[in-house]
Amino acid sequence: MTGPQTRVVRFAVNGRPVQVTTEVRTLVSDLLRHDLELTGTHVGCEHGACGACTVLVDGAPMRSCLMLAPQVDGRDVRTVEGLAVGGDLDALQEAFRSEHGLQCGFCTPGILMTLTGEREAGRTVEDALAALPGHLCRCTGYVNVRAAVRRAWSQLEGS
Amino acid sequence: MKPPPFRYHDPRTVEEALGLLAEHGDEARLLAGGQSLVPLLNLRRVRPRVLIDLNRVEGLDGVDAGAGVVRTGALARAVGVERAPAVASALPVLPEALLHVAYPQVRTRTTIGGNVAHADPAAELPAVLAAVGGDVRLRSAGGQRTLGWSAFFSGRHRTACRPDEMVVAVDFPVAEGFAYTFSELTPKLGSFAIVGACVGLSRSGDEVTGARIALCGVADTPVRLQAAEQRLTGGAVDAAALEDVRALVAGAIDPPGDLHAPGGYRSHVAGVLVVRGLRRLWGAPA
Repeated sequence: MTGPQTRVVRFAVNGRPVQVTTEVRTLVSDLLRHDLELTGTHVGCEHGACGACTVLVDGAPMRSCLMLAPQVDGRDVRTVEGLAVGGDLDALQEAFRSEHGLQCGFCTPGILMTLTGEREAGRTVEDALAALPGHLCRCTGYVNVRAAVRRAWSQLEGS
Repeated sequence: MKPPPFRYHDPRTVEEALGLLAEHGDEARLLAGGQSLVPLLNLRRVRPRVLIDLNRVEGLDGVDAGAGVVRTGALARAVGVERAPAVASALPVLPEALLHVAYPQVRTRTTIGGNVAHADPAAELPAVLAAVGGDVRLRSAGGQRTLGWSAFFSGRHRTACRPDEMVVAVDFPVAEGFAYTFSELTPKLGSFAIVGACVGLSRSGDEVTGARIALCGVADTPVRLQAAEQRLTGGAVDAAALEDVRALVAGAIDPPGDLHAPGGYRSHVAGVLVVRGLRRLWGAPA
């Protein structure tokens, strides 16, 4: 073995094509945070339990700390930075703001990406609520998070 | 909390993957969904010299629910199996059990082959595989073989899969007339099971014609409870039968204790889950 093995990884992040040369063992969470300076994706446990690092890969929520950089080559990755357009919060973010669905905000980006995936896949409010155990929140106790989910989904049905 | 260095390969065909396995043997690890292996890499509990990533291999992700068996390719994602209408109608216990496997955000990556090959004592799918009497299909560069679940699971995180072999498919037979249910006790939905139970019954009127009971979380491998199955067969699921089954479950297992639960508690919970499952299938008031 001669030095660390690297790969050129080309993918889309929030609709923008990017190209990064990185070690093959780089976690996607670190690729986003360190190489692309997208620090909205948070890193909590780094073994898949906490959900803070959840991003969308080809539309599906996944733990970015459990994926290696070469695995997103050619894929479409979306992070919390892609939700607000021109500084305006999207409907889901507004629902979290209205319901005070966050306190310290550490878990919030992951939760928002899971819920964005659920909404875009046409999943029900029950499906969305059932996805919340995949995120550890140590502040709000989930009551307001669940209220935000209900508000967002009722707006979706009302629109 | 970062993976140690390794040589990385992402083959496009099964043959290419098997060639790499034949070349590197036990110095290599296969990477499927990565929801168990990448945590182990991050925690540096494993340090493979070579990582063979199967995620770009073609043709391993099929899900086929015809001809008396649900056959899942090794790379079939849990979320796809869980939401496949053909699986839900052929073997509804499979999606029922998959809902207990970690979280939806994990099951988008989790693979059926990886879950089974990881052979975690608390894992749900191995218990389902044991209850339905399923098989694991293996391939190596030199050939292929099929192992029944009891031959495949050889210990805690141990299977009969050789270093040059890989799981290519998992078969869950659909037995005519059998209905199954899966339940588990866990501190939180999606956490590892303290105990899980997959229970199946076939009946003719008020008589049980076949029973299948499998547990996870009570031993190094999934366990079938044949004495309890035999006690049920030929009679009704009545109070006397359930009392006997509870005793037979407790007598058949000797679960280890750990920080999550003492062994005696696991044993008690196993009996409760089996009895509840039987009641649910039989239609008696809980």
